[in-house]
Amino acid sequence: MRFSFTPEQEEFRTGLRRALEARSPTKEVRRLMATEAGYEREAWRKLNQELGLTAIHIPEQYGGQGFGQGDLAIVLEEMGRGLLCAPFLSTILASAAILNAGTEEQKATLLPSIAAGDTTAAFAFAEDSGLNDAEGIAMTASPSGATWRLEGTKSFVIDGHTADLIVVVARRPGTQGEDGLSFFVVSNDTPGLQRRLLKTMDETRKLARLTFTHVEARLLGEANAGAPAFARTLQQAAILLANEMVGGAERLREDALAYVKMRMQFGRSIASFQVTKHKAADMLVDVELAKSAAYYAAAALDEGDEDLPAIASLAKACAAEAYLQTAIHAVQMHGGIGFTWDNDTHLWFKRAKSSEVLFGDANEHRERMMRNWKH
Amino acid sequence: MSDSTMSEPTESSVRAEVRAWLEANWNPDYGLVEWRNKLIESGWGAPHWPKEWYGRGLPVAFNSVVDEEFARIGAVGVAKAGIRTLAAATILAHGTDFHKQKFLRRILTGEDTWCQLFSEPGSGSDMAGAVTRAERRGNKWVINGQKVWTTSAHKAHWGLLLARANWDVAKHKGLAYFVLDMKQPGVQVHPLKQMNGHASFNQVFMTDATVEPEFMVCDVGDGWTVATTTLMHERRGADGLRSWATASGRTGRIYDEERAEIATTMEPYKWYPQRAGRVDLVMERAQATGKIADPVVRQEIARLLIMSKAAEWTARRARAAQEQGKPQGPEGSLGKLVSSHVARQAARVHTYLSGADALLTGEDSPMGGVIAEILVSVPATSIAGGTDEIQRNIISERVLKMPKEPSVDTDRPFKDVPRNVAASS
Repeated sequence: MRFSFTPEQEEFRTGLRRALEARSPTKEVRRLMATEAGYEREAWRKLNQELGLTAIHIPEQYGGQGFGQGDLAIVLEEMGRGLLCAPFLSTILASAAILNAGTEEQKATLLPSIAAGDTTAAFAFAEDSGLNDAEGIAMTASPSGATWRLEGTKSFVIDGHTADLIVVVARRPGTQGEDGLSFFVVSNDTPGLQRRLLKTMDETRKLARLTFTHVEARLLGEANAGAPAFARTLQQAAILLANEMVGGAERLREDALAYVKMRMQFGRSIASFQVTKHKAADMLVDVELAKSAAYYAAAALDEGDEDLPAIASLAKACAAEAYLQTAIHAVQMHGGIGFTWDNDTHLWFKRAKSSEVLFGDANEHRERMMRNWKH
Repeated sequence: MSDSTMSEPTESSVRAEVRAWLEANWNPDYGLVEWRNKLIESGWGAPHWPKEWYGRGLPVAFNSVVDEEFARIGAVGVAKAGIRTLAAATILAHGTDFHKQKFLRRILTGEDTWCQLFSEPGSGSDMAGAVTRAERRGNKWVINGQKVWTTSAHKAHWGLLLARANWDVAKHKGLAYFVLDMKQPGVQVHPLKQMNGHASFNQVFMTDATVEPEFMVCDVGDGWTVATTTLMHERRGADGLRSWATASGRTGRIYDEERAEIATTMEPYKWYPQRAGRVDLVMERAQATGKIADPVVRQEIARLLIMSKAAEWTARRARAAQEQGKPQGPEGSLGKLVSSHVARQAARVHTYLSGADALLTGEDSPMGGVIAEILVSVPATSIAGGTDEIQRNIISERVLKMPKEPSVDTDRPFKDVPRNVAASS
């Protein structure tokens, strides 16, 4: 379903939106973003279990609901809209990595507690270089009896400071590029693992830097053959984030529109000025185009489209430009009040900024798209 | 038995019915008009039209099924290209039985061609500000004024004319809508040369041209409503999904006749693909010029492809919603504005790809002048069929429900509304 949603999906979206509006008003977002964890474990577990959110995309044999990425994308869009403070994207990406890289037995062991909402997880791939590809993996993994030992640093890890389980991409010493990559699973209490919360501009998205000193890890899947699973996980990350981004962009657009309709200056509604109307029309164009790309990409993921690498980057680049531009316009349309801390616009503005850069900015994805373009 | 007891048509029942009819009746040895008259009798030429007017009263969603069956057997359809489709839609919605009787059949057979006499030198975006004068003299209407941007006026038999019949009421209230006989001495047609060198449009001068009263489509005062119907159908064709009229490559009398018809009808539109930016040529040109290796140009190409693909998918979303009978969402109103963005970015990319060759035109320039034609045709996209500015007004007012700007010309008789200020000499 690349161009429409089923009635069941529409219904699911409506219910989810209602639930998030009730559970995550901006007052709650502001309270949680100021905490170190960035969320409340029990409240999130309850909401997640009620709605079955982390189970959606996990196949039934691993304790999930067995729906597609398209359904997952709906959840992300609504979370981007509601700015829910919860380790959802992080856990989803880690579970995607497990699904892409793990053996049957490992999936059956690791996924049920994620699906059930008992375990949170993080996907640690980027390092201090901030690169979003195999070149960026410097962390090494060496065999040590039946397990492996990790040495190095991971950074920009979403919810890395709170996750129960960390999925790590590392390489065999002496290898380069896509050679020698493997996935590993590390429990958060493993000796030698140090986790530090980074101070982030977007307080609603917590990032951590993880230092691994001779940390014991379990290999996920086959050793040295992780490159395809890594590439696929990054494509999924780009697509899911793009869907989250269009949800946030639409919310900003709607809030700015409601504001200008209410605001009077020079004895008339500022929404009656053509300059405001044309900006609002342009915002609608930006957001709708980015939605189309994000929806198409999520469906492409489900359908195993051979152009997925290009489509994923297309959707991410499109969402990055649209979200940030919408945020800039939204602040401008609010005028002075839009620049205050008390006005909620900056919460999404910062999410737009952080999402623009996370997993690669628009320039990077445009180049990636060109390299993979087959049309 | 009443109709309500008959089963509702389904995709498969419609497909089976049209297939059976075509298999029994289609023959490429027919003349074009002769075959189309058979289509008209059967209703398969315009299946979404009412049964009493040459159609089958089917939901418009089945048209694609019928089209597929025509394509499968290679059957020619009714005349669809050009302004005649707008004329037909307007007459079906607002015309009298006399109009339907007189015009619809010859629209479908292609025997009559039409033009649209709306825009004037003094009223482009503000189309309701038309000053072409319609006066009742004796038992006829007499028309004086000038129209512009009239595609195919030099060939047209009939024109859809918007003219002012009452100057003492407000702008939108004084308009009348006529079918004008173009083949009369009071109608003079002159070609209008554009900045890209083509002359696809005309200026039409009406000097004491006459219209019989029964050729008036509505009462004085309702002309704007009728014109809105015509424009709505024009915009519907602007979402980038309506297929270009292309002739079949098959041989046979009827195909030759259709080819000739399409060649004539589509002649004024031959530069339209260039106007849209020719995104389809970009990768080929990037390879040929070696610019595909330039990282800056790659970024610009990617921007274009992202916009173009997202626009295509947005149009598909709108179409999917329409086919599923859902209320139209905002995605259905954006196509025209987005196509301007795509065209402009495409022209920028084609310039980067051509380098110094972008200085040239005609046979000295890349692809025998096609690239040069893109560069000087793209500016039409953001003007023709509703400027970008008007599109933004429409989106903000109809989709986003934002208030209109205070109006200064609708609260007084039209004769008191300021007109263009003459340039000082």
